[in-house]
Amino acid sequence: MKEGTLMSGNQAVAEAALYAGVKVCAGYPITPSTEVIELLSEKLPSHGGRFIQMEDELASIGVIIGASAAGKKAMTATSGPGFSLMQENLGYSAMVEVPIVIYNAQRVGPSTGGATKPQQGDIMQAKYGSHGDSPRISVMPGTVKEAFEITVEAFNLSEKYMVPVVILMDELLAHMRENITLPKKGEIEVFDRRTDAPPQNEYLPYRVDGTGIPVLPPLGGGYRYNISGMIHSENGIPNLDSQVIDECIRRINTKLDKYYDDIVMVENEKNEDAKIALFGFGSTTRPAKGAIKRAKEAGIEVELIRPITIWPFPEREVREVAKRVDKIIVAEMNLGQTYGLVKQAVEGRAEVISHQRVDSEHIGADELYNKILEISS
Amino acid sequence: MSKFDKYLLTDQMPHFTCPGCTHGIAWQAMIRAIDNLDLSQEETVMVCAIGCAGKMPVYLDFPTIRTPHGRALTFATGVKLANPDLNVIVFMGDGDATAIGGNHLVHASRRNIDLTAIVATNEIYGMTGGQYAPTTESGRFASTAPFGMTENQLDVCKLAEGAGATFIGRSDVYHVQELQGLIEAGIQHKGFSLLEIFTTCPTQFGRRNNMKRSSDLIKNLKDLTVTKKAAEKMSSEELEGKLIRGILLDEDKPEYLETYDRVTGFTKEGEKK
Repeated sequence: MKEGTLMSGNQAVAEAALYAGVKVCAGYPITPSTEVIELLSEKLPSHGGRFIQMEDELASIGVIIGASAAGKKAMTATSGPGFSLMQENLGYSAMVEVPIVIYNAQRVGPSTGGATKPQQGDIMQAKYGSHGDSPRISVMPGTVKEAFEITVEAFNLSEKYMVPVVILMDELLAHMRENITLPKKGEIEVFDRRTDAPPQNEYLPYRVDGTGIPVLPPLGGGYRYNISGMIHSENGIPNLDSQVIDECIRRINTKLDKYYDDIVMVENEKNEDAKIALFGFGSTTRPAKGAIKRAKEAGIEVELIRPITIWPFPEREVREVAKRVDKIIVAEMNLGQTYGLVKQAVEGRAEVISHQRVDSEHIGADELYNKILEISS
Repeated sequence: MSKFDKYLLTDQMPHFTCPGCTHGIAWQAMIRAIDNLDLSQEETVMVCAIGCAGKMPVYLDFPTIRTPHGRALTFATGVKLANPDLNVIVFMGDGDATAIGGNHLVHASRRNIDLTAIVATNEIYGMTGGQYAPTTESGRFASTAPFGMTENQLDVCKLAEGAGATFIGRSDVYHVQELQGLIEAGIQHKGFSLLEIFTTCPTQFGRRNNMKRSSDLIKNLKDLTVTKKAAEKMSSEELEGKLIRGILLDEDKPEYLETYDRVTGFTKEGEKK
């Protein structure tokens, strides 16, 4: 593609999915994410892939898990109401360790809320919306350029760790247009899941090696095994022995732990002079940086900590910042969903101040600057 | 050791079904059909969901996927989109296919995607203890219909026909000799095939409805269904309360993925100009 393309966040997500090698997309129309399925419906057939518009979001996510189980990279795009319907199979994907990517352009909730207005209200749902304990990776790009890069990374993480990855953006970033240069093929690494399973007679789908990550060859590609959302033992067959249940639930929920450094992406520049830190993410990234710049001009040093990966929550990085500063402002477009997480990570090392906005207007640099002034006096 | 053992996970036996349950007759007919058609065991993907019928993959040595309740057809659609060369057989119970999964049944039928969907109709939710299903006859008793079923009964085949399925067959476990051929015809049909097989549940349905013995239920099925040929000679009074069995519809219409690939100009990667 020619250099310097004007592109919306949604377009960047769709282009990045193609770059990462998506081969199946299933979706149901919902504002503000619909451009993603429109673009993929147009472009997938010429990229060796297929798009299907399903009857609802329950079906869309079912299709992509089926396609992924058959060996293809697969994604869906949605927003809050659709994301709620997908919770059933989001837990399923995590349970059976079949990788999928879900793009959620967050809009004002709860319920139908407001289709054309942004919010960051699905953060807890991305991790805890499905019943039971199950693993998740969730990422929050901050610019259109990042929407591209982080979407490619979302596919990579999903394939590497055999886990569902949720890309959380919001209406603002989904529809914001920026000039970006798309990377050429090979510029960003694209990772495909392992297929090096032992021969069929030695193969057990959920017997993991030292990596802790199962190898699931494509269904229909030569191996015979069972994928089941029921608690299963190494052979994939349901087993409700209490020891098997314990092992199954603990293994899937701890398998990401040792890959924390590869998964957790944070933007943070150590500022020894700062006594205040500003924690913000997604489309609040730029206003946060603007406020920090203005504060610096006014003689107040503020350190930015911006999670790009929101699940697993970057508690180590937040704790490190808390050792240096006295106060952390948590700015988010919801009623304090990550405020509690920050407090928990900080363990009393710094005062945590919640800055919330739910009127569907984005958090501005001015209001963050004023907040900094207010708490620094 | 039977010649069909190679299709089974014999180490999982004995199976879980109740004495007198006839889901096994439907499964056996399906396995015989697969064997007779010489389908590749590796390239025949079985998709099931929840309930007694959904438990089938536990005993089958195929690539199998067991989905959340009602979602089997959506997963099967995904498998087919990823690899249209595979044989994809979906085995569901009636509650699974027509209640919680009813919307997916409508749209899989409408798309005419090349899946073989087998619905085992026993008119009851067996696994959860005998609640009524959309397919329960009016007046029948169930654990959630203690005064008798007050809703109207769903005709699964008519639903699929109205939605656009291009192959529809119906039979029952009494007419076991017909089952294998019917399933073979459904598998061989290019497009969406819906095969409804009436089975029996003595534990949850029979004992609430004065048919305590499995043979009572099977005899009931024998009287319930008539062949298409026999039906042609029967008056409308005689046909009252009867279900017609056999191949009810066999239409030649473009299959979904063939149409999709042709219209969109789909090319496998590497084939691009």
